[in-house]
Amino acid sequence: MRLTAMTAAVALLAGAAFAEDVAPDAVQFGEDGQIEASLTGTPGDPENGKAIMTNRGKGNCVACHAVTALSDAPFHGDVGPSLDGVGEYRSEAELRGIVVNPKMIFEGTVMPAFYKTSGFTRPGDGYTGKAATDTIEPILSAQEVEDVVAFLLTLKDS
Amino acid sequence: MKFTALTAVAALLMAPAAYAEADDESLVINGDLEITTHTDAPAHLDGHLDEIYSGWHFRDDETQAMEADDFDNPAMIFVDQARDMWTTPEGSEGKSCADCHGAPEDMAAVRPVYPKWNEDAGEVRTMQMQMNDCRTNRMGADAWKTDAKDALNMEALMSSVARGQPVNVAIDGPAQSVWEQGKELYYTRTGILDLSCASCHEENYGNRIRSDHLSQGQINGFPAYRLKNAGLNGVQGRFKGCVRDTRAETFSPGSPEFIALELYVASRGNGLSVEGPSVRN
Ligand code: HEC
Ligand code: HEC
Ligand code: HEC
Repeated sequence: MRLTAMTAAVALLAGAAFAEDVAPDAVQFGEDGQIEASLTGTPGDPENGKAIMTNRGKGNCVACHAVTALSDAPFHGDVGPSLDGVGEYRSEAELRGIVVNPKMIFEGTVMPAFYKTSGFTRPGDGYTGKAATDTIEPILSAQEVEDVVAFLLTLKDS
Repeated sequence: MKFTALTAVAALLMAPAAYAEADDESLVINGDLEITTHTDAPAHLDGHLDEIYSGWHFRDDETQAMEADDFDNPAMIFVDQARDMWTTPEGSEGKSCADCHGAPEDMAAVRPVYPKWNEDAGEVRTMQMQMNDCRTNRMGADAWKTDAKDALNMEALMSSVARGQPVNVAIDGPAQSVWEQGKELYYTRTGILDLSCASCHEENYGNRIRSDHLSQGQINGFPAYRLKNAGLNGVQGRFKGCVRDTRAETFSPGSPEFIALELYVASRGNGLSVEGPSVRN
């Protein structure tokens, strides 16, 4: 017992709680697809989340969503709804669930799951068109998901 | 619960956005050749699409205009190259396409019905496969690589002489099982992004993914001259690019999967005019 608590404390202190991250296949969803617990225990960094949302190789969220706060980045798509005000009407747990795997909330949605590593058909190795090599990495790391959620929570006015 | 209500609101907000943005202009080539770029969907698309649109509707005005005049259409250079090739004897038999087929214009009825079941070979053939059959078995010449330059040039010539005629690919009879396979592939979500052809080209045509204005992914305009790579692009090469963009392992041009998918996608355009070689971005 004491040992486990100590281990957790050490991990927290180290800041690099990587080994303690909730693995993609171990994520616990609530009834409505929400995820209550942080994936890392480390608070998200909204600034980094903001950068991930416009980075093509990372979230590339603006490919499908308009976000007024990200209007510096060119060409927002409209496949998904505008995310303005989403931090107002969605809870942190809901937003975490949506970014990890939106299919748990929106059945059959075209929005990709950003923290998922199994259950794919013909997974590729990035954008090479070749088969994925051994282990599939999630599109975003656990901390990157937390960072994106932290940024989404700043989107208060629609 | 609040949650469910919001989901419903999001769905409502989204619905009108789709289908909104195909423009309602019309395409007339060289002042007299009317192209059907928008028509009722074929019966097999019941429950999926009511109307079908050529990719032309989703391009900007300048790109659209390039296709309306053969002098402005950069693809016509390749059609001219293919006309030369048409009359040039090749291979051990010393024959040209013209020796057996006459003028390219005599082939006007061919493009609209391909891919097509070939009874003797017992397989569905794309036009490129059929041309290679002529090359290897009748001319004693080398086969062209799928979607490589020579094959695309000749396909562009075969399309250009058929422009204006309705695409009319057969999906029943012996071709049906291949068509079913193509349909299955069309609706299968692939890759780490977990998207199918339908995710983008059926559910979201008219919407934008980043700067790309999504069309229905029709192939009546192929081969297509793309401003992006300043050359002719083949159907199966395009499929490969789209599958790759789902972060998936792609199939190869010339593979049985892409042959089946080409038949199926062609049939989704039954009723649109043959429009190739088109201009796209
Ligand atoms: C390929 C398109 C696509 C991409 C990429 C995408 N989304 Fe979405 N997103 C959607 C769609 C479509 C919906 C609407 C849900 C549905 O299908 O009904 C949605 C819904 C959402 C919602 C819920 C909005 C609401 O009103 O409740 C949030 C939050 C969200 N997305 C965030 C993101 C974030 C953050 C990223 C990037 C890390 C992202 N999305 C990337 C398509 C996308
Ligand atoms: C020696 C004669 C011969 C030559 C040379 C020849 N073909 Fe053919 N071609 C045929 C015959 C015969 C068919 C019908 C095959 C069949 O239906 O099985 C055919 C069929 C075709 C078809 C399909 C027509 C249809 O209605 O389905 C195309 C397209 C075609 N040839 C293109 C070409 C091209 C391009 C060349 C030159 C690179 C060429 N052919 C050279 C004899 C020839
Ligand atoms: C992630 C989104 C996405 C997916 C999934 C996708 N495509 Fe595309 N596709 C595009 C975009 C973007 C374009 C360029 C704009 C346009 O014409 O729609 C395009 C263009 C095309 C075109 C060219 C249309 C023209 O008129 O020039 C064809 C054909 C096509 N896609 C077929 C397919 C097929 C078949 C599949 C499935 C194997 C597929 N696409 C999957 C995004 C996608």
